[in-house]
Amino acid sequence: MLHATELLGADTYDSAGNFVGRVNELFLEPADQPNRVARILLGRGKYLPLVARYDHIAFVAPGVIKLNVEEKALDYYAPNESWLAVGKDLLDQQIIDTGGRKVVRVNDVDLADERVNGTVELRVTQVDVGLSGAARRLLQGVASPGLIRRLQGKLPTRAIRWEFVNLIEPDPLRRIKLRISNKQLEQMHPADLADIMEELSPAERQAIVASLDEETAAEALAELDKRLTKEIVETLDRGKAADILEEMDPDQAADVLANLAPQASHEVLEEMPGREAREVRALLQFEEHTAGAMMNTEFVFVGETSTRDEVVSWIGSRDIHLEVLDTIFLIDDAAKFSGTVPTARLLLAQPDQRMAEMKTEPLVSVPPDANEKEVFDLFDKYNLRSLAVVDEIGRPIGAIAVDDVVTRLRRKL
Amino acid sequence: MNWASINERIKVWRERGAEFGKRTRILRRRLLILLAILGPGVITSNVDNDAGGISVYTQAGAQFGYALLWSLIPMTIALYVTEEMCARMGVITGKGLSDLIREEFGFRPTFFLILAGLLVDMGNTTAEFAGIAASMQIFHISKYIAVPIAALIVWVLVLRGTYRQVEKIFLVVCTFYITYIFSAFLARPNWLEAAKATVIPSVHLNAGYLLMLTALVGTTIAPWQFFYMQASFVEKRMGKRQYSQARADVAVGSITCMIVVFFIIVCTAATLYVSGHRDITDAGQAALALVPLAGRWAGLLFAFGLLNASLFAASILPLSTAHVICEGMGFEAGIDRKFNDAPIFYSLYTAMLVVGAAVILIPHAPLYRILVLSQVANGVWLPIVLIFMLLLVNRKDLMGEHVNSPTFNVVAWLTTISMIVLTLVLVYTAIFPNMASAAFAFLKLKL
Repeated sequence: MLHATELLGADTYDSAGNFVGRVNELFLEPADQPNRVARILLGRGKYLPLVARYDHIAFVAPGVIKLNVEEKALDYYAPNESWLAVGKDLLDQQIIDTGGRKVVRVNDVDLADERVNGTVELRVTQVDVGLSGAARRLLQGVASPGLIRRLQGKLPTRAIRWEFVNLIEPDPLRRIKLRISNKQLEQMHPADLADIMEELSPAERQAIVASLDEETAAEALAELDKRLTKEIVETLDRGKAADILEEMDPDQAADVLANLAPQASHEVLEEMPGREAREVRALLQFEEHTAGAMMNTEFVFVGETSTRDEVVSWIGSRDIHLEVLDTIFLIDDAAKFSGTVPTARLLLAQPDQRMAEMKTEPLVSVPPDANEKEVFDLFDKYNLRSLAVVDEIGRPIGAIAVDDVVTRLRRKL
Repeated sequence: MNWASINERIKVWRERGAEFGKRTRILRRRLLILLAILGPGVITSNVDNDAGGISVYTQAGAQFGYALLWSLIPMTIALYVTEEMCARMGVITGKGLSDLIREEFGFRPTFFLILAGLLVDMGNTTAEFAGIAASMQIFHISKYIAVPIAALIVWVLVLRGTYRQVEKIFLVVCTFYITYIFSAFLARPNWLEAAKATVIPSVHLNAGYLLMLTALVGTTIAPWQFFYMQASFVEKRMGKRQYSQARADVAVGSITCMIVVFFIIVCTAATLYVSGHRDITDAGQAALALVPLAGRWAGLLFAFGLLNASLFAASILPLSTAHVICEGMGFEAGIDRKFNDAPIFYSLYTAMLVVGAAVILIPHAPLYRILVLSQVANGVWLPIVLIFMLLLVNRKDLMGEHVNSPTFNVVAWLTTISMIVLTLVLVYTAIFPNMASAAFAFLKLKL
């Protein structure tokens, strides 16, 4: 195994054994192969730098590279955006470790050397984020290579396999050129993704949100610190912001919009499709810190005289978010709120049992202008999972879930 | 008077109250906004008036009376200019200073910068505990009791808090600096003379005066504060939009810092200088000497101010250092994390507190020399940090349109160069006290 630190600055000789220059940079070409060192930049002091290709390399050892062509066969160097520079883009920079779900700083890059038809191919295997990499960086060129190797054997290694390395590149065009995929980020739990985003600088955060698919972005934004969410959404292109908010639950979207500058909030709402925009607008009417602002307008309600089987098959026939299935709300003949049934009770009920028989006692609900403190008290007193919000004549208009309560309580801490 | 008329009255008053509330809403809002933006800038500038700083200000007043007050105005500008650059880098890039140095200049420069920082801050922390020990003398509390308790309080505060809680505590602590204002009033200074000396520069070309001027500047702008402030702005998640807030915070910070310095110098000038106690070497002695001159309260308030400043700096210095090291080396850092998430951060923090306190507890520890040495170390480190900062803040790819304007650059480079010259003088005289005074004597002859 070789390290980038040992190769950067290595003396390079051509096939005739003449000194060509020193290695200034190693480039990967992710569009071609994700981990192969495709080009080596050779600095030659006051002369123009040259570039050696992967199939020009005949021999590699720490501090030495031998080529299988003569110097005059090499090209002059021209910068290329789609090349990933090991020294400039990786060393000392932060990356996302998608396996460990953390932001880490790269100390060194480890390479494997493979012999392929008489040439040596260098492949990036992992990035070093531990003490051994740090020691190597510090001592390279000062202490003898042997001493460094012996010393680093004694230090703990922390390395991240190349497959789990996600580069943080704020420039969206370059992200595409470097083939930076978001698949691994999108598979992460939104809460972990939010934690990672909080670690990054504003430009980097923006880049990640812009490149994620809308659903993941919506989930991650919902988990993020309120102020950061505001900043990200205000900076996003309005259309993209609307697409992301559309993916959120209406109450979360309303929360985000309520925090934006009035102008931005208005513009984003304009971009949202009619039905979603109407729902969110309705929620925005309610003052902050009231039941109305906390409630979700998506909830499941059925007639109290229906049987368990009818309800289950009705639910099965609809495309309903799992989160809102926690509790089922009942209405009477006059469409007034008449009770709640936890889904767990439904599981244990007889097929033809009426919903009204499974109701939890007592019947609690709040008007939309109730203060959030009142809501917290009710949740605490009756150990609720979900609470109905009703209008002035008692019809249900929304539901507050326990996770909304937890989020708001936590903010008060 | 009957109930109806009383009720009528109450109603009228209520309405007036509501009316008043409405009319002052905007004013109250503004006040709240002002309070809300105070944070890293104010805290950092005030920590700057730490044990070492207060000792120097005390000596400046005791030896030269009001004669050095004029230097406070240019120093406020220098403090603002340098701190503002850090605040700007913090809010624009969203990265700490050591992060930026690592990403732009590589591993090795960062490592040595950080190593130097660790040593310097270690000395500074020790000096803060020396300040705690000195201030407790006036309350007749032994340092063997005071110092360990202080270290424990500081440790618990940071270990158990989140950034916002700790920031609030620190902001409250900042207000305690007001004790120096009371001390100054109790000392009954000649305000007219003090005001005149503040606006009209008076330059004396003698060795002692120039040295004191150098020391004043040297203690006011300390290198670690830049790292701490930038990191705090980042940790507080202030972005581009909050740039004007950050700037206001820094401005308020540098001005309040200098106001405190003004009152310390005035207080000691009006008492120690006038009565001839001009050989004071530290703030603890000054507090004791104040008692017979300006009354017990003046002395107690002065000592309390010193205690507060030392405790404050003792909690922030190790914190800042641990931050800088972890950021630069890529370890997890920040008081918003739990111990297990950032073990190196918390270990470093703890180790610095323990070592700093332990050195003071050694019987017959040379406290005064520790103070001087830590300031010398600051002086050596400062120019390097300033140059890194100036290089970074002028990078278009990092700062975009927010690079220094030409005027700002002129002021900033002037500040940097004069800081370098002044601190070189300070370091030189601290290492070779005899040669320096000989050199000054020579100069004086020529002048």
